[in-house]
Amino acid sequence: MTYSLDITKEHCPMTFVKTKIELGKLQSGDVLNVRLSEGEPLENVPKSAAEQGFKVLSVTPAEIKGIYNVEIEK
Amino acid sequence: MSEEKQSKKLSIIAFSGDFDKLTAVFTLATGAAAVGYEVNLFFTFWGLDAIKIKQGRSPVGKGFLPKVFGIFMGGLKAAPVSRLNFLGASPKIFRYMMRKKNVATLEELVSAAKALKVNFYACEMAMHILGLQKSDFIPEVKDVLGVATFLNLSEGGQTLFI
Repeated sequence: MTYSLDITKEHCPMTFVKTKIELGKLQSGDVLNVRLSEGEPLENVPKSAAEQGFKVLSVTPAEIKGIYNVEIEK
Repeated sequence: MSEEKQSKKLSIIAFSGDFDKLTAVFTLATGAAAVGYEVNLFFTFWGLDAIKIKQGRSPVGKGFLPKVFGIFMGGLKAAPVSRLNFLGASPKIFRYMMRKKNVATLEELVSAAKALKVNFYACEMAMHILGLQKSDFIPEVKDVLGVATFLNLSEGGQTLFI
């Protein structure tokens, strides 16, 4: 299953906190598509997810400048 | 999750019952828990206000003086700002500004801390002085501890006093 989460309006620490809580609800193999802003969230969310043992499938720029989509597999 | 990550630990002594300092406590706690730290929050003295079930001003506590303290101190919703409190107007203004700027409010941080399984502990000695019991606190409070147990829990990690 693929789920989505928009954290473009969030700030530290809720960017990764919300991602982590959302990932916690998923089953192994599910994918979470996280929409986030460049800067701190873009630098830290994929890195933190990978460090926690999740698989970062892709990081792609969204249609709006400064916004990115990050696919994370549990 | 790697072995190294699992062994990371942050313990915070939450001494202050101030809105801004509690915001710092819960920001650090949720941020650390989200990146895989074991997080222990040890609430003592004014910090105990943050974990009361009754979040407003209420005569919580056994005995006359504890009840008076309970009314004056209140719970999480009554937490004052450490500077420029303006008789309680500032926390309301802060909450408004935080919501407006999409920064997590203290209440959101507390519920995130619960969701991330942050460990909440209460100080036995301070509870005794203030006439408080474990049943006065939110159910997430795992245990009532003394210094020795806290030192054991925090051993091998980072400890902060806020």
